[in-house]
Amino acid sequence: MSVATRKSVIAVASGKGGTGKTTVAVNLALTLRDAGHQVRLLDCDVEAPNAHIFMKPQIKESKTVSVPVPIVDEKKCNACGRCGEVCRFSAIVALGAKAMTFSSLCHGCGSCVLSCPEHAIREGEREVGTLEAGMSSGVEFAHGRLRVGEAMSPPLIRAVKKMDSDADVTIIDCPPGTSCPVVQSVRGSDYVALVTEPTPFGLYDLKLAVEMTREVGLPFGVIINRNGAGDRRAHDFCAENDIPIIGTIPDDRRIAEAYSRGELIVAALPEYRGRFEQIIEVVMERITVNL
Amino acid sequence: MKIAITSSGKDLDAQVDPRFGRAAGFIIYDLETGAFEYKDNSQNLNAMQGAGIQSAKHISDCGAGALITGHCGPKAFAGLKAAGVKIFTGAAGTVAEAIGKFKAGTLVEAKNPDVKGHWM
Repeated sequence: MSVATRKSVIAVASGKGGTGKTTVAVNLALTLRDAGHQVRLLDCDVEAPNAHIFMKPQIKESKTVSVPVPIVDEKKCNACGRCGEVCRFSAIVALGAKAMTFSSLCHGCGSCVLSCPEHAIREGEREVGTLEAGMSSGVEFAHGRLRVGEAMSPPLIRAVKKMDSDADVTIIDCPPGTSCPVVQSVRGSDYVALVTEPTPFGLYDLKLAVEMTREVGLPFGVIINRNGAGDRRAHDFCAENDIPIIGTIPDDRRIAEAYSRGELIVAALPEYRGRFEQIIEVVMERITVNL
Repeated sequence: MKIAITSSGKDLDAQVDPRFGRAAGFIIYDLETGAFEYKDNSQNLNAMQGAGIQSAKHISDCGAGALITGHCGPKAFAGLKAAGVKIFTGAAGTVAEAIGKFKAGTLVEAKNPDVKGHWM
């Protein structure tokens, strides 16, 4: 197996939820560890993290993550409205005699603080969630838990990705979808593995995920999970669009059973270990070419 | 006093738009002179978020002292209150009919938002 000469980051994304991102991510992490890599697994699906169920990490560090939000000094504010003009998100607006804030809409850019001619705005904090980090059988592990009721996950995802690490390979388990949280998760990766299932829903969302990954400008390939179920349209789509299928995982009831017990495929069904080794070989080769 | 009515069209025969933040537009009606003008709201109609807040700002800037609409959510409600705009929800029919009811005093001022906020 080729070894990249610098720190590599592999993102596992999908578009559709439930296609097997976490299954692929945790099994790739363990396979890499067994190949002698110093591995880190980041679960960036902060709205519904689940990699810990399989990794069973010992959490050693836990901290609250916040975003800055404006606090208006009513004595200094003269409702000139400059803050509302610079805010793209309507999180602050001059109405009546003073500026009003709507902190749940705030993205924490700080423009209002900088632009206020009266220096009437300072930064407070809105808690977005909790970051937890630890170790799991030799693999560095970190994930975020978004505060219930919070709608803005990218700041927490950013915090998870910023964690210090000694690892030479990082696996990122991304959230589903193709919007801001996913872009935040895949950004800065060396390779994106798009996991799909051979169903019409899987294919529909795969197409969106391919568009998103191309927009971000990252090399990518497709892993078809539950291969053999459904139809061949995902295969055909990849062939027609010159998208490499870097691996398949068969539609095997025993995989679902192992999953339901929180077990890893590479541990419960060692005969499938080679499939993950092969995926890693293809991805690492591609990353090395790009160096 | 001027009043604002959420409107799906440009004149008094248009239907009241039941939405406030994402209303198609507003009729700003002068109760003293009977004159009115139409203010397009397509910028807020297509806003990613904060449509209610910006629409509150919009009609406050137009000098309206009261708003007649179908529904009003919590952030818009807070914004309108801060701007000193009285809120009348539950309006339907044409803009002219809504103005008639306002003049007759049969509209009841809303004490609270009558719908939930969107998403955030």
